[in-house]
Amino acid sequence: MAERYSRQERFAPIGKEGQALLAEKHVLIVGAGALGSANAEMLARAGIGRITIIDRDYIEWSNLARQQLYTEEDAASSRAKAKAAEARLKAINSTINVEGIAEEFDPENAELLLKDVDILIDGTDNFNTRFIINDAACKYKIPWIYGGCVKSDGISLSILPGQTPCLQCLIDQLPQDIETCETAGIIGPAVQVTAAYQTAECLKFLTGHSMSTHLVSFDVWGRQYSSIDVVKLKDPHCASCSDDAQFPYLKKEKGIRTAVLCGRNTVQVRPGRKENVNLERLAQRIEPFAGEARVNEVLLRFHMEEKRFVVFKDGRTLIHGVEDVQEAKKLYHRYVEA
Amino acid sequence: MNIQLNGRSIDLPDNVTTVLELLDSYDIKKKISVVEHNKEIIRRFDYEKAKLADGDKIEIVHFVGGG
Ligand SMILES: [Zn+2]
Repeated sequence: MAERYSRQERFAPIGKEGQALLAEKHVLIVGAGALGSANAEMLARAGIGRITIIDRDYIEWSNLARQQLYTEEDAASSRAKAKAAEARLKAINSTINVEGIAEEFDPENAELLLKDVDILIDGTDNFNTRFIINDAACKYKIPWIYGGCVKSDGISLSILPGQTPCLQCLIDQLPQDIETCETAGIIGPAVQVTAAYQTAECLKFLTGHSMSTHLVSFDVWGRQYSSIDVVKLKDPHCASCSDDAQFPYLKKEKGIRTAVLCGRNTVQVRPGRKENVNLERLAQRIEPFAGEARVNEVLLRFHMEEKRFVVFKDGRTLIHGVEDVQEAKKLYHRYVEA
Repeated sequence: MNIQLNGRSIDLPDNVTTVLELLDSYDIKKKISVVEHNKEIIRRFDYEKAKLADGDKIEIVHFVGGG
């Protein structure tokens, strides 16, 4: 077992001391899609003492081309990404602590999730969640590493709250009409390079080195690379990271909330407060009307009115085949909440 | 005129004379970007004023959201 990290210890900037530090650290990975999977696997192999990975989604066939932790069996059974990731990471490294949480990262659970965390890795696929991460990280002074990729392009930035510019300093509004992996496509190499930058920065931070203040981007297909030092862009009046920060994305909404998952023809509906839904009972109730009602460890899926429903234990529901929020709410009331 | 764009030598058409026109010519005017012009970061509202000259070094990074 002492052999396990010998090559990484041989790498001078880490050494035996750095390796011992890694074993004491806790990394939170938000999102277990392509970037989350790639980061998680590298960090688990590198011997990070504790990894928590949270994800709101389940595995589909279209994920397998690039989301490296998952198998055909996972897609066939619509397994929750967080649970499948946890199992795979434990199989990769049984000497570390791994916990997968099948929930959404949101203003309600952010504080609890960031407790005792040394650094957060962005494995999300949308800016809504990234701005929640950014506010939470700024509020609780947890460093985080932004990563994004689409097509053959990728980008990354390390953010040290209070010291380097945060996402809000660089982007003062939520980007609209942005290309997603669903609409513009994505190739595995773009994921791997982005995750490589993120994990490298993470290892640097955890072993006591300073992270880069450069925003790095590349096109792995067109062989373009660019790097800009953005340290001067720190905004002294930033709504998220300045002394008088308001943390606009941490404001808790009341009542039923919806989110359109862009490019996926899917709406997510969430109850006003989390409640434990008895999935077996719900399955029995809708079974007579619904096609293929199936329950696994964390979710229930069924077909109804030519829509595909996926209901998680906490009541959060994904409705595929609908883009209109009002229609999604109606369907939710009719079949899930009733 | 010839500039260095993200480390590559590029010949610009005559109608591209500012950073804004440069972004437009690559169809990324609407995307949120960080632009560095001869090692100085240019603010978004200054893109139109930033005149390009032969031999300028430009770095453009635009944000992407997938993952
Ligand atoms: Zn800021």
